[in-house]
Amino acid sequence: MAEALTGNHAGGISDAAAVERTLAGEREAYRVLVERHSAYVYRVAYRMTGNSHDAEEVVQEAFLRAYQKLRQFAGNANFGTWVYRIAANYAIDRLRRKKNEESRREVSTRKPESDTEADPLSQIRDQAPNPERLAGSAQLATKMQQALQALTPAERTAIVMRHWDGCGIDEIAEVLKSNNSATKNTVFRAVQKLRQALKPFAESRGAARAVAES
Amino acid sequence: MKHTNEEELFAYREGEMKGRETIAAHLRECGQCRAELERMEEVFQALNALPVPDPGEEYGTRVWRQIANRLPERRVDWWAGFFMPRRLLALGAAAALLILVFYLGRKTGAKAGGEEIVDASRVRERVLLVAVGEHLGKSEMILMELSNAQPAEAGKSLINISTAQKRAEDLVEENRLYRQTALNGGDNAMASTLDELQRVLMDVANSPAEVTPAQFESIQKRIAAQGILLKVRVVRQELRTQETGSKPAPAQNDSTAKARNKA
Repeated sequence: MAEALTGNHAGGISDAAAVERTLAGEREAYRVLVERHSAYVYRVAYRMTGNSHDAEEVVQEAFLRAYQKLRQFAGNANFGTWVYRIAANYAIDRLRRKKNEESRREVSTRKPESDTEADPLSQIRDQAPNPERLAGSAQLATKMQQALQALTPAERTAIVMRHWDGCGIDEIAEVLKSNNSATKNTVFRAVQKLRQALKPFAESRGAARAVAES
Repeated sequence: MKHTNEEELFAYREGEMKGRETIAAHLRECGQCRAELERMEEVFQALNALPVPDPGEEYGTRVWRQIANRLPERRVDWWAGFFMPRRLLALGAAAALLILVFYLGRKTGAKAGGEEIVDASRVRERVLLVAVGEHLGKSEMILMELSNAQPAEAGKSLINISTAQKRAEDLVEENRLYRQTALNGGDNAMASTLDELQRVLMDVANSPAEVTPAQFESIQKRIAAQGILLKVRVVRQELRTQETGSKPAPAQNDSTAKARNKA
């Protein structure tokens, strides 16, 4: 009966049945969930962290945390969505920690800078070569990655969840531990910053076309 | 002509309904703003085109190998299988009660004689009334606690509602069972109240363990908007009245008490 309730059960037991069996002490049942959802969680984690190494760490940690919290998992929810949220929560914590560590290092090695100068996005903008020199599509993809990296952890999480995963504002607000109106602003700020960083491309040629051609 | 600003264009793209018609009308007229929207769209398309490396078909197996040894041992006692997951405990109690009610009815009802059948049905009714009354009492308690809490004064950035959340989780299953019983018994009014209660309990059960004051207020507003607390109180009062009216003869009274304790 559980198999009919929720989750994917193509080629094996359903997610709901796998959760039940795991809770009953059958560790191998959890393997089904890990194998089934890892690739999806990896894609999300990659977009949030921007590199494979961190993405893989996020995936592992998300499944470890999900295993520990499995009793809190509401049986009628979707396991994929649930583990996605755990991954998003962990990824944003990790991004924030990293950012704090980086700023601490910068403070100890650099002279004090004004707020604008310290903003990585404005640095990218300042160093930006003119559109003619940056016509290459591979460069655009790199530039886009840099612009994404330069967003704050909250902005990056918000744009990944909203744009790529089509999450609702409520859902994003939960992960950001913020309210809906502030979350909407965070998404908008992320878009604004990306636009600013990519302005030379967007205005000189179709940016999407350039990436697609790469 | 007043042009649309970036924020308005973004809200329009996001499907925001406020001022949608005005912006749409302006976009039809203004080539400059249309071009601006297209430029915004190009950024999204470029985002879409960003590649994500394919982790490979065997990635899931690899992840499993990496974490399998790090998974903590799950201690399962020999009897635990009967009660897992945790919320099944509450569900089991409610189910046991309903089975008992049915069994009592059959056993006493099987005896011939109109009066005994009437008593049997009263016993059943009373056990059910008491059980549903208790369930509503527990639900009312959670809803009251949530409604009366004042997050703004606590001055905290996050409010921990995990206790209420776990209690709501337990009650959700129990509630579903009573709702179904009410429906089967043709008590549509009770089923409808339990249906509304179900939605509110689910809302609480599915909230994060820690919420912001704004999210907490939104939960409180949803509880208040549905007037569920008042409805639950009214139904509880009605149940108490019915309970008094359906008190059976002393012999059955004793078995009812036993049945309730057992359940």
